[in-house]
Amino acid sequence: MGSPRVVVGMSGGVDSSVTAALLKEQGYQVIGMTLRLWSEEHLGLDNRCCTTDAVGDARSIAGQLQIPHYTVDAKQIFHETVVSAFIEGYQKGITPNPCLTCNRHIRWGFMYQRARALGADYMATGHYARLRENRNGKVQLLKGVDPDKDQSYVLYMLSQDDLRHTLLPLGDYTKYEVRKMAEEFQLPAAHRPDSQDLCFLGGDDYRDFLLRNQPTVHHPGPILDTEGEKLGEHQGLAFFTIGQRKGLGISPPRPHYVLGKDPERNALLVGTRDELGQSSLQARDVHWVSGSAPEAPLKAEIKIRYTAPAREGVVTPQPDQKAKVQFPEPLRDITPGQAAVFYQGEICLGGGIIQGTSP
Amino acid sequence: MSDVYLDHAATTPVDEKVLKAMQPYFGDIFGNPSSVHTFGQRADAALQKARRSMAGTFGCQPKEVIFTSCGSESDNLALRGAALAARDQGKGNHILISGVEHHAVTHTAQQLERLFGFDLECIPVDRYGGVNPDSVAERIRPDTILVSIIHANNEIGTLNPISEISTLCRERDVLIHTDAVQGAAHFPLKMDDLKVDMLSIGAHKFYGPKGVGALYVREGTPLIPVQTGGSQEFGKRAATENLPLIVGMAKALQMVHEEADQRLKNTQKLRDRVISNVLGAIPDSTLTGHPERRLPNHASFAFQGLDGNLLVSALDVEGFACSSGSACKTGNPEPSSVLLSMGFDRGWAKGSLRVTVGKDTHQKDVDVFLDVLPVVVKRLRELT
Ligand SMILES: Cc1ncc(COP(=O)(O)O)c(C=O)c1O
Repeated sequence: MGSPRVVVGMSGGVDSSVTAALLKEQGYQVIGMTLRLWSEEHLGLDNRCCTTDAVGDARSIAGQLQIPHYTVDAKQIFHETVVSAFIEGYQKGITPNPCLTCNRHIRWGFMYQRARALGADYMATGHYARLRENRNGKVQLLKGVDPDKDQSYVLYMLSQDDLRHTLLPLGDYTKYEVRKMAEEFQLPAAHRPDSQDLCFLGGDDYRDFLLRNQPTVHHPGPILDTEGEKLGEHQGLAFFTIGQRKGLGISPPRPHYVLGKDPERNALLVGTRDELGQSSLQARDVHWVSGSAPEAPLKAEIKIRYTAPAREGVVTPQPDQKAKVQFPEPLRDITPGQAAVFYQGEICLGGGIIQGTSP
Repeated sequence: MSDVYLDHAATTPVDEKVLKAMQPYFGDIFGNPSSVHTFGQRADAALQKARRSMAGTFGCQPKEVIFTSCGSESDNLALRGAALAARDQGKGNHILISGVEHHAVTHTAQQLERLFGFDLECIPVDRYGGVNPDSVAERIRPDTILVSIIHANNEIGTLNPISEISTLCRERDVLIHTDAVQGAAHFPLKMDDLKVDMLSIGAHKFYGPKGVGALYVREGTPLIPVQTGGSQEFGKRAATENLPLIVGMAKALQMVHEEADQRLKNTQKLRDRVISNVLGAIPDSTLTGHPERRLPNHASFAFQGLDGNLLVSALDVEGFACSSGSACKTGNPEPSSVLLSMGFDRGWAKGSLRVTVGKDTHQKDVDVFLDVLPVVVKRLRELT
């Protein structure tokens, strides 16, 4: 007793295993927890985050580290929040990012509650991001030191209360170092490859997933160019994303790109490479990590996708948790439904969901 | 993380005397009881001694004791062996089991139904999870070949009136099996009292080793071996006998019979303390299973709106090992089917807790547990 109690979300993978091992070494009273998430079990597909194997792996790694481990079922709430929002988003013509919903509602919601129920002072995950308390007692969210692995993008929505009860020990290390540590701790997951696709797709294509789970996404409509001329037909707006070139099925003299979607007319808007690009975006549900929006517009670096490099721009806070972001040059892949996350240097200031764009 | 073990219905630690009794058979006395030579003869002597000892405690003949690998195997052998023997002899097709059997019985019976076309019928239970003998009698038909009723349910502890049920089965010339894996750990069971044709036990529930069990099979009961091969166990179960574990089981069973009164007194006192304290201290709680006709070490509850799985995890973190009918290591939140069949709704059936004390459980540990449990329940109710 005495030492702080921390619940570590364990997936059986290398990052969360090293997280647990590090915290144990630092003297915390560590408890492992694995969530069972939803997947299309009837197809024999496992949720990648928690295949039966992965749950077993997590349990055996916890055994090896001599920490207790519990599996908690989160299938229903995961489906009700994350999966349905994913499907609905595509139906509405946006490109949702389910990892954001998951972190908000599942990890720092459902799981955090359960960690508290186990009497934990903290919850820890294997995300590559750092936390630092500044002089005013606020917790800052910082990029992870490994520029290739930084995951602060998917954590921008955490509140001060969340952050105060969160530990992210991997933010101080590179992935290479984490793999080395996994070897030193003799964790079996040391060599397991990282996976990028969405956990509940079970390796399947998202389009097939949508067709199975929401057949109405198959909804043919016109492909229009910027003049309003019909160039062809698409099979459903959900199957396209901004900036996409392949798979349009039109063969005009020059290649065409997806510029946008018009859900009202069920039209896919395409144009040439020169026409692609927007220099400002509107964000909704904007969250500021400090807990309050800045008073004036501010210069920042903005990431418009998890994998996009940060670009300089000006963020203007607006009422009703909105913000406008202005870039000096048009960007080609601003995608409604993804997050725009604001940085100043290594500090993540906050972010919001991209709602719309303008030239 | 727990230090205090309150899950004796799941399994028990091996008693030191049992461990000592087994040791020679991991060492010098290693022979195969079927061998001709003296190594084999010495092993065979120990095997027969263990069988006689078990028969003595049960009040049956040695050849009526069939050694198996566990309680589950005993249930499998009883159901599959008797059903296939009936099929072989061209007898009827109808099998009756209760709604609160262990999976070792239900899954075996369901497989017999699915793969072999037996006609399986489930006998409903009362609100305590008990089987009324009249419900059995009503359902027996001319083509009924086997009735299997659990002696004491593992999840809710309710005891069934087995001798009444076996009497009415005998009157109707129907085989009766009982899964006594839980009950045999507490009561000095006598086959003459129970009057069943087959009875399953497993040693690890009564301070014996894991990996060994037995099936009592009344002489003359038709049974087809499930595991075929050599002619061990009177042709009812092939395999070189697991002598050390068999010796350990015989010793452990003998101790149940010798110490039954003492153990019963100790555990029952603690059980009743748990029951009255929990019901008094925790709102929206109820005892599951019968208030009196229950296993002497077994207290089980349902808490409205609680996740039993999470409760067991939280108690473990606080140092107490208990279990929940709905909980398993995979975190499956399905409500307990036993509680559902007793008429609990899902809101209650998910929030079950089982506390089973042992012969060496200390009252002071139970008292600390009784202080902690209401706090944990309150915390969970506030947070989830
Ligand atoms: C009533 C009952 N039957 C059967 C079994 C199965 O016993 P074993 O685990 O020894 O196979 C158990 C134990 O879990 C039980 O409680």
